[in-house]
Amino acid sequence: MTVTVNGEPRGFPDVVTVDGLVTALGWDRRGLAIAVNGEVVPRSLWGDHTVLDGDQIEVLTIAQGG
Amino acid sequence: MPEHPDPADALVIAGEKFSSRLIMGTGGAPNLEELEQALLASGTELTTVALRRVDPTMQGSLFDMLRRTGIRPLPNTAGCFTARDAVRTAELGREALETDWVKVEVVADERTLLPDPIELLEATEQLVDKGFVVLAYTNDDPILARRLAEAGVAAVMPLGAPIGSGMGVRNPYNLAIILEEATVPIVLDAGVGTASDAAIAMELGCDAVLLASAVTRARDPVAMARAMRLAVEAGRLARLAGRIPRRLYAEASTPFDGLADL
Repeated sequence: MTVTVNGEPRGFPDVVTVDGLVTALGWDRRGLAIAVNGEVVPRSLWGDHTVLDGDQIEVLTIAQGG
Repeated sequence: MPEHPDPADALVIAGEKFSSRLIMGTGGAPNLEELEQALLASGTELTTVALRRVDPTMQGSLFDMLRRTGIRPLPNTAGCFTARDAVRTAELGREALETDWVKVEVVADERTLLPDPIELLEATEQLVDKGFVVLAYTNDDPILARRLAEAGVAAVMPLGAPIGSGMGVRNPYNLAIILEEATVPIVLDAGVGTASDAAIAMELGCDAVLLASAVTRARDPVAMARAMRLAVEAGRLARLAGRIPRRLYAEASTPFDGLADL
């Protein structure tokens, strides 16, 4: 299965949830926000939302600005 | 060191009290260390942050720094040109920081970075409907400020001049109209170049000042942060103290009575 994470294609061997994807990426999960195909996935739903082949995933966090 | 501001004169936004009337942005700092020192020197209790893609190579964490310093982050929608993008970005900020507060900004183009009033009002109405506490970055247009207040924002934040321009408060008369009919706190946001600009905004009656570049891009950001802190406090005190009226001619401060006949 291949999905796009922040504009870059990434392969995953098995079906994953958003939560599993964050674990696989190995990024600090504090302060993260995730959108799948333009829709925000609330943190409370990370464990239930299954990522599908071809999904466009944005993983965001706070940055200096404004 | 300056005296602490009078705790009885707190800034109140959506029921939350802040003893500092200086809200800082985090943009423009060369690195996190300098930003942290400047934020601490400014005395701010609320600071805006943007939402961007995770950069795994990034050194240090803004998230950790804000937790460590206890400065409350205010997610913004910087970089958004449409109401749709601003609402999505606000929702991401709510998830990232677990806060309903958002500084909504929807700009029209990169050259002016001026707010797009149509998209701004649309985004604001949608965000208020979704339960956000909205602080709206806006033009210095009294009617738009009124419409934003009617839409239910927690604060109206008119610009003094374009973002990063350092031109100060260019239309104090528009600001005076906005302030006269204000029903929510008015925060002068954008355009501050140096300490006197911040003081003028406060003297005019603004409830707070929001600035970033004036500090982060100063030659000595920490010193400028302290200058801004003092300017905001001085401006607030002067406002409360009540300035003398402007007159064309002198009014003697020394009595002429009892003058010697020489």
